[in-house]
Amino acid sequence: MTDETETLVRTAPDSGAQVTLPVHTDLLRLATAGSVDDGKSTLVGRLLHDTKSVLADQLDAVHRASADRGMSTPDLSLLVDGLRAEREQGITIDVAYRYFATPKRTFVLADTPGHVQYTRNTVTGASTAQLAVLLVDARKGVLEQTRRHAAVLALLGVPRLVLAVNKIDMVDFDESVHTRISEEFTEHARALGYTDGDVVTVPVSALHGDNVVERSGRTPWYSGPSLLEHLETVPVAPDPHDAPLRMPVQFVIRPRTAEYPDYRGYAGQISAGVVSEGDEVVVLPAGLRSRVSKVDTPDGSVTRAAAGRSVTVLLEDDLDISRGDVLVAADSAPRVTDEIDATVCWLAEKPLQPGARVLVKHGTRTVQAMLTELSARFDEQELSSVDTPEALQLNEIGRVQLRTAEPLPVDDYADSRRTGSFLVIDPSDGTTLAAGLVGLPLTQLASAGR
Amino acid sequence: MTIDTSTDRAPDLSGEEPTLSEIPPQADNLDALESEAIHIFREVAGEFDRPVILFSGGKDSTVLVHLALKAFRPAPVPFPLLHVDTGHNFSEVLEFRDELVSRHDLRLVVAKVQDWIDDGRLSERPDGTRNPLQTQPLLGAIEDNRFDAVFGGGRRDEERARAKERIFSLRNAFGQWDPRRQRPELWNLYNGKHRAGEHMRVFPLSNWTELDVWRYIQREKIELSHLYYAHRREVYARDGMWLTSGPWGGPSEDEPVEEKVVRYRTIGDGSCTGAVESEAYTVDDVIAEVAASRLTERGATRADDRMSEAAMEDRKREGYF
Repeated sequence: MTDETETLVRTAPDSGAQVTLPVHTDLLRLATAGSVDDGKSTLVGRLLHDTKSVLADQLDAVHRASADRGMSTPDLSLLVDGLRAEREQGITIDVAYRYFATPKRTFVLADTPGHVQYTRNTVTGASTAQLAVLLVDARKGVLEQTRRHAAVLALLGVPRLVLAVNKIDMVDFDESVHTRISEEFTEHARALGYTDGDVVTVPVSALHGDNVVERSGRTPWYSGPSLLEHLETVPVAPDPHDAPLRMPVQFVIRPRTAEYPDYRGYAGQISAGVVSEGDEVVVLPAGLRSRVSKVDTPDGSVTRAAAGRSVTVLLEDDLDISRGDVLVAADSAPRVTDEIDATVCWLAEKPLQPGARVLVKHGTRTVQAMLTELSARFDEQELSSVDTPEALQLNEIGRVQLRTAEPLPVDDYADSRRTGSFLVIDPSDGTTLAAGLVGLPLTQLASAGR
Repeated sequence: MTIDTSTDRAPDLSGEEPTLSEIPPQADNLDALESEAIHIFREVAGEFDRPVILFSGGKDSTVLVHLALKAFRPAPVPFPLLHVDTGHNFSEVLEFRDELVSRHDLRLVVAKVQDWIDDGRLSERPDGTRNPLQTQPLLGAIEDNRFDAVFGGGRRDEERARAKERIFSLRNAFGQWDPRRQRPELWNLYNGKHRAGEHMRVFPLSNWTELDVWRYIQREKIELSHLYYAHRREVYARDGMWLTSGPWGGPSEDEPVEEKVVRYRTIGDGSCTGAVESEAYTVDDVIAEVAASRLTERGATRADDRMSEAAMEDRKREGYF
């Protein structure tokens, strides 16, 4: 991952020694998706178990709880279903996060429930995922649910998919079954905008461990990597150098101490691109121009820093900049607008109705807004859109127009997941009502279904 | 690392010793986790009026303080610390707390369980442990000081119920957590909106594991309470843990005191926090030990988590972390 061009130089504040830091990070964020009985919990349990991420007391607890329930063999799903109600009802209620590591990489896995509330949970897990593992049961093949999940993952811009064809042992490790499912899914993924290099299918048995961590001798016809080998080696992040700078200002650091009487730094996490000393930047929405005089990190100044880093930027000119403003590349600014076309995933019990007054949180700015129009609803069964629905219900996806009280600097979600996304918040109680994606990804999705 | 290559049997749940021949390299991962935690600190500073860092003196809260210092440097940390003092503290921990506060010129608020017992708002439990008694003084301090965001060092890898916890976790006026009413957490957009009386619990270390925390302590040379490293101590065995005698009572007549070389994996109320036998005298030793351990830190040393299958969830519902 690390080559010379992908590094930045860091000067330690005390010693003056130069430290070289890679820009990329070997942390893979992934999400799982699949229907209720596809064996998702078993696969997650298997990954945790075979990467030695489950410790003896946790296993003991599973043994005890399984025995209490009268089971003769330990139920691996109990490793991951953490809440009382989940164990009592044998279902997964909410997204949980799991951690495992191998010598090559560390993983944060968003484990999403597969039952009816699929969209809400899939959206939550997928919003930060660099890769999603979709499960199908080899006996059942690609189901409507699989197609819906893949559509939501495509909508959320998850860059890579793995289809785990589970329970391959139940079809006698039959190559033709795997080929048929693989081809059907790859064709669907292509229609959703994925290229073949983004999609990998792996025949697995989560219960027995075939092709999960180790390649299985029982699928000699399969020449690809095991699931874990793929997760360990798949490229993690797009090259930040390709994207123009976006950095929402979180907080203005003004110590006003004897040592730093005039220090005025704009703290934030770089959403996209790279910030370098000497760069010309524009501050939006005001449109002020200046030049980067210094890039500070908690460990001293750096000459440049890339997306993902939390930094503090100092500018040559003394400008009035506060939380909510965005520093952007001078030669490639986003559009600043108070009329936004967007796709929203509705996450609340209370339905969306056109005309509703809401809050929109975009980057570090929260503004009042009105949902002026609901022009389409995505039909996940048909992968098509339904024109002018009256409302959006929980778990539904639709196309809306928003008018904001103040202009926002927005990118299309397709170009930038960070600066193209926003939350819709209920001003009365603070509930998160919807996940918003700037632009028209819904339109593209719907055309994929035709 | 050795992996079971057999493919013809169900998962091996026998709890046999794993072999971990190599500890994975983690430098880049730590940078990502640090940037995420700093982002969370700055979001809270930008969105809330009166945040506070819950500080126990343990390694996770010491790392929290270190991250807060880094997030606002060269300005001072814009929040105070809140310590809920059970009255059953290890004296080393109180000394460490006071030294840390004075070295970094921090503000410290202390909520004392003893005060609540003295004036009758709480009564001692028959088992003598005060850990469950912390909840009311914590909520009282949040209310009295009108704190609207409370940072905690909780990590999702600690326990199954915590794996479900959001980074921004809304609590009602009684401090209660309702897992069914959690807000979805999308991208890195944290929703800090809350109604009067409600507050937010915020967990910047959510995505860290115990090993990440120790590697970060190693990399950043963070000073911890000496209890985390091997030392000689008089202890007695109870419920499979080594407890130390103190004002919390014990040992009883049938619990002989022995001298052992031990260290602590967590630091909490002295009545229910046990030591483990260990020869780990340095951070490097501890990392090697944690990487090879067959027990989670809580499973190994926290009696209060063993009370029931859902002990952590139940306490979180009451308002504990």
